[in-house]
Amino acid sequence: MSEHLGIVVSGSLTGGVEVRLDGMASVEEMAVGRYVTIKGEKRRFFGMVTDITLGTINDQITRTPPDTSDPFISRVLTGTGTFGTLHVLPMLTIGGGAEEILEGPQPVKTVPAHFSGVNLASGADMELVFGKEDAERFWIGNPLDMETKLCLNLEEFVRRSNGIFGKSGTGKTFLTRMLLIGMLQKSKAVNLVFDMHNEYGWAGTSEKGGTVKGLKQLFQSKVAVFTLDEQSSRRRGASVDAVVKIGYGEIEPADISILRSTLNLTDLAVEAAYQLRKSLGKNWLQRMFELTEEETESTLKEANIHESSFQSLKRGLGTIGRMGFVVKDTPEDSVERILDYLGRGFNVVLEFGRYQEESAYILVANMLSRRIYDRYRKRTEEAMASAEESLKPRPLVITIEEAHKFLNREIASQTIFGTIAREMRKYNVTLLVIDQRPSGISEEVMSQLGTKITCLLDNERDIDSVLAGVSGKNELRGVLARLAAKQQALIFGHAVPMPVAFQPREYGSPESYKSFMPDSGTKNDIEDLWK
Amino acid sequence: MHGIVSEGFYVEVENSRLGEIIETSTAEFTAQCYELYGSPPLGSLVKTADGNTELYGIVCQAVTAGIDPARRPIARGKDEASEEDIYRSSPQLEKLLRTEFTALVVGHKRFDPDSVGTQHRENGRLFRYLPPKPARIHSFVYQCSDDEVREFGKSFDFLNMLLNARLEVPAEEVAAAALRQLSEVHPDPQAYLVAAGKELAVLLSNDFNRLRAVLGRIKT
Repeated sequence: MSEHLGIVVSGSLTGGVEVRLDGMASVEEMAVGRYVTIKGEKRRFFGMVTDITLGTINDQITRTPPDTSDPFISRVLTGTGTFGTLHVLPMLTIGGGAEEILEGPQPVKTVPAHFSGVNLASGADMELVFGKEDAERFWIGNPLDMETKLCLNLEEFVRRSNGIFGKSGTGKTFLTRMLLIGMLQKSKAVNLVFDMHNEYGWAGTSEKGGTVKGLKQLFQSKVAVFTLDEQSSRRRGASVDAVVKIGYGEIEPADISILRSTLNLTDLAVEAAYQLRKSLGKNWLQRMFELTEEETESTLKEANIHESSFQSLKRGLGTIGRMGFVVKDTPEDSVERILDYLGRGFNVVLEFGRYQEESAYILVANMLSRRIYDRYRKRTEEAMASAEESLKPRPLVITIEEAHKFLNREIASQTIFGTIAREMRKYNVTLLVIDQRPSGISEEVMSQLGTKITCLLDNERDIDSVLAGVSGKNELRGVLARLAAKQQALIFGHAVPMPVAFQPREYGSPESYKSFMPDSGTKNDIEDLWK
Repeated sequence: MHGIVSEGFYVEVENSRLGEIIETSTAEFTAQCYELYGSPPLGSLVKTADGNTELYGIVCQAVTAGIDPARRPIARGKDEASEEDIYRSSPQLEKLLRTEFTALVVGHKRFDPDSVGTQHRENGRLFRYLPPKPARIHSFVYQCSDDEVREFGKSFDFLNMLLNARLEVPAEEVAAAALRQLSEVHPDPQAYLVAAGKELAVLLSNDFNRLRAVLGRIKT
């Protein structure tokens, strides 16, 4: 695969270098997003093809095109009079000295010299940059048009909050499921997945029709499925570890406040919720529904709440009251149960069953996360106080879908996810946000995401917000906009040495399930020996 | 006068002797053919020797005219049945007319002075640029052998000289003719012409029409 492509003819560090293709290399075989290596005088460079142009040695050729039906003329002119140019963005460099080779790839600080030879990156080159599949690195897919395994260091990955973006139907869910498998295999982190569409726990749907196995089916001993809707789970034949119910008493005015736009509440109505909490106490929600007309009047007067605000609030809260999983009394504390599972190293998937409306998702995800966050903070602080590493809670990754609903500009500062994205790394909690409209997510949160994986996006604003702050943004934009509509993604950021477009690993066939199983290969080999 | 060049060499190449130089300069030489109409084809590679140097030229023009520039030939065939009969009935024509050809000097081969005089002249070095001195008057001019043509055609450096020369015949014509001749002795003429075309595309990068003219003349 290390075919010679051409030579560097011009360029700059900020703008990338121009590579003139040899006569032999056809522009039609090139593709943006592919990797090339450039052999400079003293060091090697890795770069990504970000644009491909057609060049002519003379403008006259373009004005009076030659007779290309003549094979002789076209053979002569290919590579001389007319040629292809690649625009390559250098990203990494490896020095020639022994010490520098040990250091591994470093970010580029210069460009290769004139006429340095350019080759397609080989499998070995990619391995040098991204590493081999090992105890920490997980095979996530293959770089575009290459056979090599692209590996991601998941231990590094879970240290920061991360994002997965892409238009609907581009494969975000498959990608996420695969990363979750990776995390539960290769990192010490546990996952808490708020599974809005019941895709991760037991079984998921495939666009081709039919279902694919969820995490629980593959990793029985490491995954616990919780559900808000037992009936739906039973109908889908999913094995469920626990049913989550939420008591009225667990809902705080802060939870209502982030539902403001979803429930269509006025500012005053939200304010009223806080007032009622103050005057009615912990069980304010239940008590509010039980108030008689007279009691209402006196309460309102006492708390100085306008009647219309109260009605608006009550209407909104009625929506919550009608959700089946919200009950007067909960037999057990769901949060404790989840924490218990997480503490034992289980990855918890919370299925929403039929409660797929936004309000339910936002309410539950926010409420549970807020309380888990409190525990985590407390435990981490205790561990820090006693200076004992072992007391530190396991790193936790919270996966949320439709992230812009929690992390948009208006409410990112109020929801717990905004806080987690900004600072929770210190307390061993990070986010994995999944979203189709990244432009809806607050810039502050976006800037804190460590690694971003994005499938095809075609809205200008979405692309801008995903690529904000990345070097070579304009070049990557071209790569991103040209990803295939399915099963191609671009990964960049903290956990990868350089951006790379890749095809995620296959998921859904029996062979693919097998490939995810640790040591399945060796076991079979041993069995084969005894045959 | 060419005593330093060995006898054997001349015997070997005697058949290919075309004529003798009657006018010479650094960049080109003109030779008169021994036979009327005996000039080598346009673009063919010829050589002449001067001491331990062989000069290579590409035929860029050929002229046949009367010996005396003041007396133009007159039409004689009114009563003859065929053109051949004119020459048969006026045998003096062979002496009164002469054919000359001009070759553009495109390179030279220098031999080790020690090897001069021996029969083994293989160790000469070929340079595709002008020799230090022009050829001498009355030097013999020879048609190059296929091996020599092949060796000379290994590089296209001469094309630049050819295309930039001021010739009476358009340089594109001469270049195209030369390339056609060179390609004939090449194992893969087509590939050779493509390679030559690529070289031309670079040389004539600022004049696409000229390039097109040459390419049009070398495609087969």
